[in-house]
Amino acid sequence: MIQALTLILLCQLLGETLARMLGLPVPGPVLGMGLMLALLALSQRVAALVVPVGEGILRHLALLFVPAGVGVVGHLDRLGAQAGWLMLAIVLSTFLALLAGALAFLAVARLTGGGWYGDDD
Amino acid sequence: MMTDFAEIWSYLAAGPLIWLTLTLVAWVAADALSTATGRSPWTNPVLIAVLLLAVTLWGTGTPYAVYFEGAQFVHFLLGPATVSLAVPLYQQGQRVRRALLPVLAGLVAGSAVAVISALWIASALGVDGETLAALAPKSTTAPVAIGIAESLGGSPTLAAVLVLLTGIVGAVMVTPLFNALGIRDWRARGLAVGVAAHGIGTARAFQVHPQAGAFAGIGMGLNAILTAALAPAVLRLFL
Repeated sequence: MIQALTLILLCQLLGETLARMLGLPVPGPVLGMGLMLALLALSQRVAALVVPVGEGILRHLALLFVPAGVGVVGHLDRLGAQAGWLMLAIVLSTFLALLAGALAFLAVARLTGGGWYGDDD
Repeated sequence: MMTDFAEIWSYLAAGPLIWLTLTLVAWVAADALSTATGRSPWTNPVLIAVLLLAVTLWGTGTPYAVYFEGAQFVHFLLGPATVSLAVPLYQQGQRVRRALLPVLAGLVAGSAVAVISALWIASALGVDGETLAALAPKSTTAPVAIGIAESLGGSPTLAAVLVLLTGIVGAVMVTPLFNALGIRDWRARGLAVGVAAHGIGTARAFQVHPQAGAFAGIGMGLNAILTAALAPAVLRLFL
C-alpha cells in the first residue's frame, strides 16, 4: 500500500512540476493521471500494486469534496444580489449540458456502430 | 465541571484532531442516511455532510481557517484521487478506445453547451461581466476553474462557489434525469455528468455504476483541457 501511495504521489509531483515548467493550463494532478495511466499500461507489477489502492481511494471520492464544500457555505454571500439568477443559470445550464453530452455520445455511438452491449461486454 | 469542559473544548478546538474527526463523523452520518434512502439523489452525502459541518462551525463560532487545519488532511487527498482516476481508465481502456468518437462528441457538445448556456442565461438575466467571468468555467474541476476565472478577470472565490454548486446540482439531477429519459447506456450517462459536473458528478457516477464512474473520470479530465480553451472565447461573445 505504501509503495502504491508513493507511486501515486510521485505521479502527482511530476505532474505539478511539468504543469508549472511548461505553463500548461491543465492542473498537475490531471497530468499525473496521464503519467499513471502510462505506468499502468507499461507494467503489470505497477498495475497489481496500484489498482487496489486507487480503487480504495476512489470509493471515497465524494468525501474529499466536503472540506471545500464547507468553505463555500461561508462564501455564499459572495453571490450577492444576483444569487437567484446565478442559481437559475447553473440549474438550467447543467440540465442542458447533461442532455447535450449524453445525446451527442449516443448519436455518434449509433453512427459509428459503437453501440452499448450492456454492463459486461 | 463547566469550566473543565470549556477548557477541554478550547484545547481541542485549536488542534486539527477534532475537526478531522468531525469531518469523518459528518460523512459517516450523511453516507448512512444516503444508504438508508437507497442512494436517493436528494440525500447527496456531500451536500448533507457540508450542511452538518457548516451548522457546527456556525454554532461553535469556529472560523473556517481553524476548521481547515483539521480538514486539510481529507482535502489533500483530492490530488492523489485525481491521479487514481487512471485506474478505472486503465481497467476500462478497451471499452474507452472503442468509444473514442462518441466520447469526443459528448465532450465537445457537453462542454460547449455548459459554457454557452450558462453565460447566455446569466447575461439575459442581467448578471454583470465580472460575475460572468467567474461563471464561465463552472463545469470544470475547481483548480482549473479558479485559474480560468482569474485569467478572465473574475473572482477566484466566487468561481469556487459556483463550481461546487454546479457539482452538487449535477450530482442530484443526473440520475432522475437520465432515468426519466430512458437513457441506460452507463458510458453516456457517466461521460455527460463528468463533463457537466466535474468531480462531484464523477463521485456520484462511481456510486451508481463503475462503468459510469470510469467514463465520468474521462469526461472530467478532458473537459478541464477543453474549458480552458473554450471559456475565454465564449465569454468574449457576452461582454
